Amino acid sequence: MADIAGQKARLTWAINISVIVLVLLWTIPTFGLLVSSFRDADQIASTGWWEALFPTERNEIFRAKGADAQNLVGDVYQIKGNLFEGGQGAIIAFGVSSLKPTAYYPGETGKMSRDRLLTLQANGDYVLASPKPFRSSRGVRIFATVQSPPKFTWENYQKVLFSEGVGRSFLNTFTVTIPATIIPILIAAFAAYALAWMQFPGRALLIAAVVGLLVVPLQMALIPLLKLHNDIGIGKDYLGIWLAHTGFGLPLAIYLLRNYIAGLPREIIESAKVDGATDFDIFRRIILPLSFPALASFAIFQFLWVWNDLLVATVFLGNNEEQLVMTGRLRELLGSRGGDWEILAASAFVSIFVPLIVFFSLQRFLVRGLLAGSVKGG
Amino acid sequence: MGQILFAFSTIIVGVFGCVAYFYFSNLLLDRALPAKGPNAGLNINRANAIRPWLFLGPAIVILSLYLVYPVINSIWLSFHDASAANFVGFDNYVWLVNDSKFQESMLNNLLWLIVVPGASTLLGLVAAQLTDSIRWGNIAKSLIFMPMAVSFIGASVIWKFIYDYRGEGNAEIGLLNSIVTSFGGSPEAWITLGFWNNFFLMVVLIWIQTGFAMVILSAALRGIPEETIEAAILDGASPLQVFLKIKVPQIWGTIAVVWTTITITVLKVFDIVLAMTNGQWGSQVLANLMFDWMFRGADSGRASTVALVIMVLVTPIMVWNIRNARKEG
Repeated sequence: MADIAGQKARLTWAINISVIVLVLLWTIPTFGLLVSSFRDADQIASTGWWEALFPTERNEIFRAKGADAQNLVGDVYQIKGNLFEGGQGAIIAFGVSSLKPTAYYPGETGKMSRDRLLTLQANGDYVLASPKPFRSSRGVRIFATVQSPPKFTWENYQKVLFSEGVGRSFLNTFTVTIPATIIPILIAAFAAYALAWMQFPGRALLIAAVVGLLVVPLQMALIPLLKLHNDIGIGKDYLGIWLAHTGFGLPLAIYLLRNYIAGLPREIIESAKVDGATDFDIFRRIILPLSFPALASFAIFQFLWVWNDLLVATVFLGNNEEQLVMTGRLRELLGSRGGDWEILAASAFVSIFVPLIVFFSLQRFLVRGLLAGSVKGG
Repeated sequence: MGQILFAFSTIIVGVFGCVAYFYFSNLLLDRALPAKGPNAGLNINRANAIRPWLFLGPAIVILSLYLVYPVINSIWLSFHDASAANFVGFDNYVWLVNDSKFQESMLNNLLWLIVVPGASTLLGLVAAQLTDSIRWGNIAKSLIFMPMAVSFIGASVIWKFIYDYRGEGNAEIGLLNSIVTSFGGSPEAWITLGFWNNFFLMVVLIWIQTGFAMVILSAALRGIPEETIEAAILDGASPLQVFLKIKVPQIWGTIAVVWTTITITVLKVFDIVLAMTNGQWGSQVLANLMFDWMFRGADSGRASTVALVIMVLVTPIMVWNIRNARKEG
């Protein structure tokens, strides 16, 4: 099949190019934010991330030092200093009034009112000279176009992890996710075995019920369950959210695992029974090890779903510092730090790098799970 | 440090509690009804009748408590007022039908339902076919599939950055506005544009769901019997004809599954709207409306009524799924 298609070289080219376009369209959004998360806040605000490798130019307003810094040199009062005060950058043009902010080039001397003269070098060194003493303690304003070199930094990550509470939320997310992934697997595996290999009345009905419950919208469950949790005293606590995630994940878990376990060879199970093994032994010694692929599929599913969930966490956990999970934190930052893209970008990547690692390393199992259980949405 | 310790101990308690239940309940059953001694046969029969319920017990309890009970309770709540104390008959339903935000949400949800499943399935189908026929297809698939791992809220941050708007006079750092201005257009605050903002939000979900559609459809395409394709090629069908007339008709079943799965996701879409617009500028959807009435409105009656509307909308899919499952099993 591939050979027949391969005979048409032009078609192959067209396909390759279309796939490249598709891949670019699908990765550029994430890549843009990733680049931004390593950029300096000022640079993010002044140029697009696609220009991150080039120096940025920005118009800035500086203030010279005040009258305290003046020295009398000959009969001229002078103030000396550096606009960048140790920082990096280069002056491309400068001016002394807001009307002409780019009137002079570095090295030139600009004329100010009251016979004052300003000389500014490219490296930011300036000399302000006046025949009369400076009076004001506030320095004069200097308008400059500054070129700063591209700057990549870990600072954004340090900032969000340690002072924006993201580190704390990261741990909270783990606390929610691990048990909320393992508990439903255990419960579902036992139930799936019973539904696949044990004889009892009502089995078909239960299987149909599980399939039906696959699509029940979460929204239905929120209010009744929150009331219930509050009544029995586990409202806004980890136990509550584990149970909630277990409940919402169970139908898919049982459905996936039952389909898999029902497909295991009958002979193995029957010969074990003949040898006198109880159902519990069979489950523990035979079923669990054999269903590893299905267990892994569901585990990845549930892990991604719980890690990425916002709705359940918002309802069943508190919105306070101690309990906010990553998704909740991101939402809060979107509200409070809406324009600070360095904070948002770094926080977003802290929250998505764990699922991305899981995704890329265990993709095989995820695909298998998807193929087996694509009747559930969200 | 305390946090990490707390996290670990809670994890251990939660997981081990669960293991302990299954272990000890089975042990107890084996002790109470031993498969030895004078009543061995009777004991085995009895134990076999009880054991399925030990295995199923936690699942049944949790499913009924977390999925069945809420449906019934929501119906009850929808006939009561904000505090759930007083019976109000059909007041919530009457309010709902006349509420302008609800009408807006229904219309928007309809738009989402028309655009998102269709676009994702179509793009997924095209991506599946294209990536299956090139050598680096698996890498391409991984990258297109990747957004599946990103949370809706993370995706919202990613796309909000693309739609970013700084206003006239400032350098545009959002990709979309920068492209628009480089073609001579004027920058826009995209997500505040009434009606059209819906489509900008839909793009986010399409971006996420296309990979899912692609993976499933690609597996279906590979499952098509080779003979049918070879026969068509021998008869002189072009690659496009083979795709449209031979392959696609054979995977209608899978396309339907993908379509309905994405439809359910669309009906529940909430995080994206909450994070991008919070339903302002005419972009409200049902799931976010429900959330709004639950938290900001603190009205369990109205919120439950909205939730029931979502439930009613997914019911046909639920029935369809159960029928299919019964046919197979």
